[in-house]
Amino acid sequence: MLKIGDVLLVSIQVELEDQVVLELQDDLAARIVDSGASGVVIDITAVEIVDSFVGRMLATTAAISRMLDAQTVVVGMRPAVAITLVELGLSLGGVRTALTLEKGLEILARRDDSRPAQL
Amino acid sequence: MSGLAPVPDAEHESVPIGSNDDVVRARQLVRALAQQCKLSLVDQTKLVTAASELARNTLVYGGGGVMRVGLVHRDGRVGVTAVFEDSGPGIPDVDQALTDGWTSGGGLGLGLSGARRLVDDFTLQTEVGGGTQVAITKWAR
Repeated sequence: MLKIGDVLLVSIQVELEDQVVLELQDDLAARIVDSGASGVVIDITAVEIVDSFVGRMLATTAAISRMLDAQTVVVGMRPAVAITLVELGLSLGGVRTALTLEKGLEILARRDDSRPAQL
Repeated sequence: MSGLAPVPDAEHESVPIGSNDDVVRARQLVRALAQQCKLSLVDQTKLVTAASELARNTLVYGGGGVMRVGLVHRDGRVGVTAVFEDSGPGIPDVDQALTDGWTSGGGLGLGLSGARRLVDDFTLQTEVGGGTQVAITKWAR
């Protein structure tokens, strides 16, 4: 997990085993609070499949982050993964997505601009 | 349990499914075969995702079991068949279990119904107290 400015970057590189997915979710919540991050980017460029378990983790993580005052953007979803997720019945309605890391960071930067200035 | 589902050729491989690591291994094996029979990238992804759902069901609801997987041939076409078997409690109401959003556990209730949508052939045999067998096939186009 990398922190760039106010943003935590999580890049998923390994084949996800269920227990690892759950640990990641817990770690991320703790890191948001510890670091005071206002945004989270989850990069799934390297992820070949997202099944209902991982899909649910993405949705839950987005919801948890929101409660901790951080916005989540999932970036880098492969076309085949998007097609499969929709057919599976998971459209991840509550999860903001962007095609690339750059676009994801842009979304989070815009959100920060709209926050009231700190006195 | 009498297996009427399409059973892969003699060269099929068996993988025990007793842990989360086994679910990952099952996925990898299905992916390798999907690539071998030249499924499109989208079809590979759909098949591996369906296999992941069913392997997890075998582990979580069936209390563990086995996956058999191999290439199958029919009418000049080639495909990948994976059969997931457990000797768990079985499914009392199959129609209900195949309904989107219905779950007996903590999941989303998309595993079984979603997996069925992602593949070409899907058969489910189950007996209360006698286990469950789910067979899926994806054919190369």
